[in-house]
Amino acid sequence: MKTYLRPALVLFVLLTFITGVAYPLLITGLGQALFPAQASGSLVERDGKPVGSSLIGQAFSAPKYFWSRPSATSPMPNNGSSSGGSNLGPTNTALVDAVQGRIDALQKADPDNKQLIPIDLVTASASGLDPHISIAAAQYQASRIASTRKIPVEKVNALIEQTQEVAVLGFLGEPRVNVLAINLALDAIKL
Amino acid sequence: MTPTSWLLFIVYLALLLALAYPLGRLIARVADPKPLPLSSVLEKPLYRLAGVKAGEGMSWSTYAISVLVFNLIGAVFVYGIQRLQNLLPLNPQNMAAVTADSAFNTSVSFVTNTNWQGYGGEATMSYLTQMLALAVQNYFSAATGIAVMFVLIRAFVARSAKTLGNFWVDLTRVTVYVLLPMSIVFAVFLVSQGVVQNFSAYKEVSTIEKVVYQQPKIGPDGQPMKDAKGESVMEEATAATQTLPMGPAASQIAIKQLGTNGGGFFNVNSAHPYENPTPLSNFAELFAILLIPAALCFTFGDMVRDKRQGIALLAAMTAIFVAASLATMHFEQQGNPRIAALHVDQVTSSAQTGGNMEGKEVRFGVDTSALWAVVTTAASNGSVNAMHDSFTPLGGAVPMLMMQLGEVVFGGVGSGLYGMLIFALMTVFIAGLMIGRTPEYLGKKIESFEIKMISIAILVTPLLVLVGTAIALMTEAGRAGIANPGAHGFSEVLYALSSAANNNGSAFAGLSANTPFYNTLLGIAMWFGRFAIIIPVLAIAGSLSAKKRLEVTAGTMPTHGPLFIVLLIGTVLIVGALTYIPALALGPVVEHLQLVGTTVTSAKAGQ
Repeated sequence: MKTYLRPALVLFVLLTFITGVAYPLLITGLGQALFPAQASGSLVERDGKPVGSSLIGQAFSAPKYFWSRPSATSPMPNNGSSSGGSNLGPTNTALVDAVQGRIDALQKADPDNKQLIPIDLVTASASGLDPHISIAAAQYQASRIASTRKIPVEKVNALIEQTQEVAVLGFLGEPRVNVLAINLALDAIKL
Repeated sequence: MTPTSWLLFIVYLALLLALAYPLGRLIARVADPKPLPLSSVLEKPLYRLAGVKAGEGMSWSTYAISVLVFNLIGAVFVYGIQRLQNLLPLNPQNMAAVTADSAFNTSVSFVTNTNWQGYGGEATMSYLTQMLALAVQNYFSAATGIAVMFVLIRAFVARSAKTLGNFWVDLTRVTVYVLLPMSIVFAVFLVSQGVVQNFSAYKEVSTIEKVVYQQPKIGPDGQPMKDAKGESVMEEATAATQTLPMGPAASQIAIKQLGTNGGGFFNVNSAHPYENPTPLSNFAELFAILLIPAALCFTFGDMVRDKRQGIALLAAMTAIFVAASLATMHFEQQGNPRIAALHVDQVTSSAQTGGNMEGKEVRFGVDTSALWAVVTTAASNGSVNAMHDSFTPLGGAVPMLMMQLGEVVFGGVGSGLYGMLIFALMTVFIAGLMIGRTPEYLGKKIESFEIKMISIAILVTPLLVLVGTAIALMTEAGRAGIANPGAHGFSEVLYALSSAANNNGSAFAGLSANTPFYNTLLGIAMWFGRFAIIIPVLAIAGSLSAKKRLEVTAGTMPTHGPLFIVLLIGTVLIVGALTYIPALALGPVVEHLQLVGTTVTSAKAGQ
């Protein structure tokens, strides 16, 4: 047995040091040197104070802001310390009820808007932290935001146009808008 | 399938096959005992300290014991670190020690290359546990798989040989020459995209808007209060801040994808924006999952000095993979008919991805989420960028079937190819029966001993999956974990056992599996799903290596042509899938019919 134990134990310790200590420290050093902002969480600041991360979605419920996608994290939505999806199956009645509830809330906030609601705005994201909504979901909310903020809807749509991201090379990425970014831009509009 | 999804899929496949070839050649070089560049710095000092004589070959049984001893040490170490993490450094969030059953499950899970996660990373594991215990096993389990595969390939090449290579050398070389350099490059790329890599405590930021939410009221005894009906009393709470999790994530995610491990740094795995921030990181991670498994087919062709043999296996894998990917993308694009009946728009357009978006992220959309589901289950990776539990019934059935095929369509690094070689031996055996000749593969006769070992290797996972599912459904503790009602709840259990026994690690995550019952049951399934296959595979290698290599004659069945590829696909589908048809009929098939049934009813109601 000793013929097995010595190489097994010694190699275990040495390779653990290489892959479990040296390697992550090397990546941390390289990452912090080359891409410090990304390695530290892509924080977004307003007036010099961090207000979130451009990668982590926040919950918005005021009518003057674009709302993020529904989040299934608990106890509060968009809980950064406990990511999670709803895991509701496609035939689960709780799924249909939840979607209907979100449709009702969106329609109540903007009763005159009769458009069909883009699906991503009424379904829970995988992470519960999705920072994006689809361009369609942003356009759907434009009328509510324009009337709440008393600004022309064209101005809101122009802002969507400026903020939106589309597929690169025709297949990399989906049409989307970063919710935190566009809400910060909304607040920055001078009247 | 939309034009975009075709473009995505074709670019993905073309890039994969193009890069797999040179990498496969490189890995074959690592398997060769000839000295490698820089070996006096990278290899030899390690062997000297460990007392390894690099030139000394091992018999199959010595090799098998070495594999087991090394992996057992790993299992004990990972268990110990988790149990003691509260006393160890690099724990800024003061995570408590992991419970015994969960630590057992996670330890087996990472040692067996399954990386099933009963826990949520950002709420359970200290940075030290993540990097020193879990990430390290990502390397070791991947290197073990590749090493075992080297042995089986060497057995085909050997002529009446007694030894099959040295496990310590294979392990070290694969780790230092293949996995480590690739991971370093990939990890730095991931940081550039926004994957976090630091040792800071979690960051608290003041959000733009306060969030008002309901939470269970805690009574004076410290327990959630219950009302007269036994339901939790809720109270209103307000959050003005958001906690951003941190940690050395990029280093772990790089090897998690390259080594087909799949264990996430955070709870939702590659759906988490800090693990997979951009469409580009998503595409690169998708690519990384299948790169080494695809490359190993070329390694095989190179080592047996007949490229066509490797290409034949790769062709069979690719054919099944293409069919599965197109099917899943199609089903997810269709969306959910029950939700289509509401006031929503599920149609794909230039302004939205559409389709079944429950449990998916906008930046990935339906296409790359569906493709990922197939890639991650074709390989035994098991990382997810969308919640499989919320897939459409047939969209979710395909990933389940990919695992049940035995993880041989690309499969885990090393394990996928040795699994496929087992099926190739089975195929020549069946073909031999049909034409009445002794079956042979690459000049080696396949005889009674090999067939017995092949049967064990093929039957052990269906046994674990089906008996395990039956046990879970017959016990109170097993049924208690089910989240969704009806046929879907059955699918959750079947998926969990399929994932564990085939060392995949993805989940229908609604299942509450972090319980003593599931931690134990799935832990056992993972262990035997790994090592009850590795040992027969090594035994076959031992037996084959001792045989003479027969010359090719007019009567030899070629194992590189289209006929063999079709036979191989047939064997994988018939032997691999047929076992599961009854179980699949009770889960996804029933659920699909229920969904279709609803649409018909509601359409009538509307008339």
